[in-house]
Amino acid sequence: MNNDEIIQNLTQSDYKYGFTTNVDTETFPKGLNEDIIRRLSAIKQEPEFMLEWRLKAYNYWKQMEMPLWAHLKIPPIDYQDIIYYAAPKTVVAHNSLDEIDPELKKTFDKLGIPLEEQKQLSGVAVDAVMDSVSIKTTFKETLANLGIIFCSMSEAIREHPDLIKKYLGSVVPYTDNFFAALNSAVFSDGSFVYIPKGVRCPMELSTYFRINARNTGQFERTLIIADEDSYVSYLEGCTAPIRDENQLHAAVVELIALRNAEIKYSTVQNWYPGDKNGKGGIYNFVTKRGICKEENSKISWTQVETGSAITWKYPSCILKGDHSVGEFYSVAVTNNYQQADTGTKMIHIGKNTRSRIVSKGISAGNSQNSYRGLVKIMKNAENARNFTQCDSMLLSDRCGAHTFPYIEIDNPTAIAEHEATTSRIGEDQIFYCNQRGISTEDAVGLIVNGYAREVLNQLPMEFAVEAQKLLQITLEKSVG
Amino acid sequence: MLTIKNLKAQINGKPILKGINLEIKAGEVHAIMGPNGSGKSTLASVLAGRDYVEVTNGEVLFMGQNLLELAPEERARMGIFLGFQYPVEIPGVSMVTFMRTAVNEIRKYRNLPQLSASDFLKYMREKKELVEIDTQLTNRSVNEGFSGGEKKKNEIFQMAMLEPKLAILDETDSGLDIDALRIVANGVNKLKRPDNAYLVITHYQRLLDYIVPDVVHVLYDGKIVKTAGKELALELEEKGYDWIKKEFQNL
Repeated sequence: MNNDEIIQNLTQSDYKYGFTTNVDTETFPKGLNEDIIRRLSAIKQEPEFMLEWRLKAYNYWKQMEMPLWAHLKIPPIDYQDIIYYAAPKTVVAHNSLDEIDPELKKTFDKLGIPLEEQKQLSGVAVDAVMDSVSIKTTFKETLANLGIIFCSMSEAIREHPDLIKKYLGSVVPYTDNFFAALNSAVFSDGSFVYIPKGVRCPMELSTYFRINARNTGQFERTLIIADEDSYVSYLEGCTAPIRDENQLHAAVVELIALRNAEIKYSTVQNWYPGDKNGKGGIYNFVTKRGICKEENSKISWTQVETGSAITWKYPSCILKGDHSVGEFYSVAVTNNYQQADTGTKMIHIGKNTRSRIVSKGISAGNSQNSYRGLVKIMKNAENARNFTQCDSMLLSDRCGAHTFPYIEIDNPTAIAEHEATTSRIGEDQIFYCNQRGISTEDAVGLIVNGYAREVLNQLPMEFAVEAQKLLQITLEKSVG
Repeated sequence: MLTIKNLKAQINGKPILKGINLEIKAGEVHAIMGPNGSGKSTLASVLAGRDYVEVTNGEVLFMGQNLLELAPEERARMGIFLGFQYPVEIPGVSMVTFMRTAVNEIRKYRNLPQLSASDFLKYMREKKELVEIDTQLTNRSVNEGFSGGEKKKNEIFQMAMLEPKLAILDETDSGLDIDALRIVANGVNKLKRPDNAYLVITHYQRLLDYIVPDVVHVLYDGKIVKTAGKELALELEEKGYDWIKKEFQNL
């Protein structure tokens, strides 16, 4: 077998999170209309203002069209053929662990996300979301003692309406784009975080999203507010069962960092990518944006994207406060017939704002992998600085790597640097490893992980190892 | 240990090796010299298993096994080490990760238990001292940003770590200053044992002042045209390769 064949084989990986959980699910009928939204809002016991907001978003969305500018081939999606709400029946309205359906506990155990606090990685609090609802949020009380709010979005809407009113939609308004409008109308759950002034969150906060029900879309909404002088590190993970049909995931994440605050947001995205012929898989159409609202604040996005049939995702930073910092570190792996169009936007508004973009694309099989980024430096952003490093690695001769960088500068004192490379995985590197006794499979894993090192180093320690394994598995034939 | 019989090989249809015969026994140091383009590096590539070289005839036995039907990593695990003429950089892969993976693969093959992290670091420290390699180098990514000399020293360090049976050093002396050359040669001499062997490929005699060979072969136009003791190297140094070329041009 030559190297090309080995690479081809080991990029034909199996997806080990593809199982289904058998629980009774309460679902709405397929389709979207005002009644569905009213029913959703009612089941969530939402205050009136939320329903109004949802309906406004829905009516706005109705007049919009799906964006087609990305380098993606998206088959037509019938939005009336999707179920907008599905919840395991046993979840509704309880929060004690003993009351949680053992099936659900087992599911999250299997995913490596135990819901018992004592079983968890020390220093990680988890909000576990299945389909449209949050199952359990751990370490809530511990965190509450510090004034930190970490709960499901539904609970936040009921319990903290003032914060929701003030911040929900303030970074990603429902008018922002087609998927943001859809999400605003129908989002069913997600996570909410508020870190009070001067508090450094002592543990990693994490949300694990799981799609289980068939024909269902997942629309979650995450909102993180870091008040003055606070710090939080947040991690998001996701998986879904193997299904022949495509499923839609359209999330919105909003981050708000106030004066001197820092938010670190990491994603390990491993939605079902479809089979090796491109059948099935999740459409991951996500809007993520943070605002460094006041001076000296910092937002850092790190993403490891290995899953989904189609990814459309641009975690961005609005650098409004003077001296604020935005970062985007990304590894995107595409294989088989996966398509990814991902990147970031750095909008420099304040003076002395800095941004850094490090994007590493890895394409294998017949996949298409695009980086799309905008660096915009506005008129008043004196001394703004941007550095962009954008690398692509190709593992086959049938895949594509594309780069679409946009740089718009309206201030003469600004400096923006852009570096880009494209390389084929080196036969010489593989042979060098072989000659030291390392098999080609392991060599590809080593080389790819080395290539992505700068990004993986940004992940919280506990997850860096996981992400490293995931990269290897995504490009590997034999999965346990 | 190694027996090569009438080995012929080509690259892109062009014959490079035209019938090599060679026998190396445990404990021996063989040098292969020859002008540029004579096939020295191709021979090293065939032994290590590079796939762009196509073997058209002959056989190679290593420790009694048919080497040519083994994958490169299997050859390495059996104890063949190639010191590369141009070691490649592997950005982002630390020397520790790289070496630990390699050492454990080879230990697995030899039915030895895997080394724990602390045992491995201890082992690595010993070998570093043995071959006098700068600690800085092993804290970096594999060959990344190394100077030419540092890369060659790193090859010798890896050789020390992997304890091969047969080490093939492909023009390890090229691009080395005299101090680096001494470090490389000292490393080889310290690692020499009755149960391992060396095949040193070089263009110049210089390296052989430090690594004294038992046998010197001259490779010319894909064939070994002369075999003698270490004095042959000195003769080549003095007279150059032209007399060899003249003598064998018409064969």
